[in-house]
Amino acid sequence: MKSKTSFFKALSAVVWKDLVAELRGKEMLSAMMVFALLVIFIFNFALELDPKTRNALTAGIIWVTLTFSGTLGLNRSMAVEKDRGCLDGLLLAPVDRTAIYFGKSIANWVFMLITAAILLPVYSILYNTNLFSWGLVLVILLGSEGYVAVGTLLSSMSIQARTRDILLPILLFPVIIPVLIAAVKATGGFLAGETFSSLTTWIYLLIGYDVIFTSVAFMVFDAVVEE
Amino acid sequence: MKDKPKLLTVLDGVTLVTFLAATAMVFFYAPTERVMGAVQKVFYFHVAAGWVGMVSFFVAAVVGVIYLIKKSPNMDLIGIAAVEIGIIFTLINIVTGAIWARPIWNAWWTWDPRLTTATIMELVYIAYLMLRQGIDDPERRARFGAVYAIVGFLSVPLTFFSIRIFRTIHPVVIGGSDPSAVGAFDMTPKMFQTLMFSIVVFSILFIDLIWHRVRLGKFQNYLEELKIKLQV
Repeated sequence: MKSKTSFFKALSAVVWKDLVAELRGKEMLSAMMVFALLVIFIFNFALELDPKTRNALTAGIIWVTLTFSGTLGLNRSMAVEKDRGCLDGLLLAPVDRTAIYFGKSIANWVFMLITAAILLPVYSILYNTNLFSWGLVLVILLGSEGYVAVGTLLSSMSIQARTRDILLPILLFPVIIPVLIAAVKATGGFLAGETFSSLTTWIYLLIGYDVIFTSVAFMVFDAVVEE
Repeated sequence: MKDKPKLLTVLDGVTLVTFLAATAMVFFYAPTERVMGAVQKVFYFHVAAGWVGMVSFFVAAVVGVIYLIKKSPNMDLIGIAAVEIGIIFTLINIVTGAIWARPIWNAWWTWDPRLTTATIMELVYIAYLMLRQGIDDPERRARFGAVYAIVGFLSVPLTFFSIRIFRTIHPVVIGGSDPSAVGAFDMTPKMFQTLMFSIVVFSILFIDLIWHRVRLGKFQNYLEELKIKLQV
């Protein structure tokens, strides 16, 4: 008998566990969703979003909203593991630790994408514009991948600190700025109706950042969870 | 362990003397720049402080990698020492820059890539200190510190690169200048010598400070051990 479960089996088990737990409780997604809506409403009043100024700001608003609600999700997803002692259980399992990292990352990624998939149509309805384009979908996929790649790593650190809930955004935001810049620029371009070929610089940058951040997080994750 | 090493005392002296010499050079040896006047003199320590800031964070990332491989507590002492020193020197860099920018750019602050990146870098390492503060177990604190020093140091050049794609107005004094930069100037040989000397002096100061800080860290650990012994 094999002593270790295969990498992909372990990975899909972690993803599946997170998705099923969320499907039954719906605690995290509902919180992220309501929070995202609230942020949009606050922006509406704070910035007086009339049609003229709105077009220039939409990309920024979308990413700020996703970033903030993403922090809620990341915090929650690790807090659940920690509080109920599930993290120790996961770590005791005879599987590759990086499978756990990728499993958690993919689950977090799915939650962010679901949030975005509901947020964008709602935004379109509220402001009577059509945001949808395949380019935007690609940017959201890439941008949130980079975000959860670092976010999952840092949240598994911040959750073990005394000041855990306040610590994650402080650790995550300064590090994630390059991804956000590229994502906001590319989103703004697609919303302004620019062609894909004129935005390739930002897309390539996003891909590059995703690769760099994911591989570094993958390499150091072992050091974060070892006891 | 408790006695101060002779070499460190010598280094203290060297640092003090060369630092005074560098200050004298800035004020009396380097000529006053024709257009900008006396405020340009801030440039020598501005660049030198920025240099030390970058070097310290680089050192912190390198010892972070070594720590994760070898798990030697000394590496962690060097890491925290480097980050603390880096934060102070980056702050000196930002503040002296603002002092220079006020008369030259007519603003304390602009959203230029270098200024923005330096400040984000400062925030990354303040976050590093906050992370360490929140963790009681020294071994875990060292491990997380090492991880964050690596991730943070990696992110800084990416931030710079992203913002750099926009136009910059920060002068590039060494190695070619963008004509749109405001406040650029050509260095005379005397200015160049002063700058290089300042950078060398700040590097000596960095070594001196990091040595002191590592010793302090060792004393701290020793004190903790003594406290535990007393309790038992």
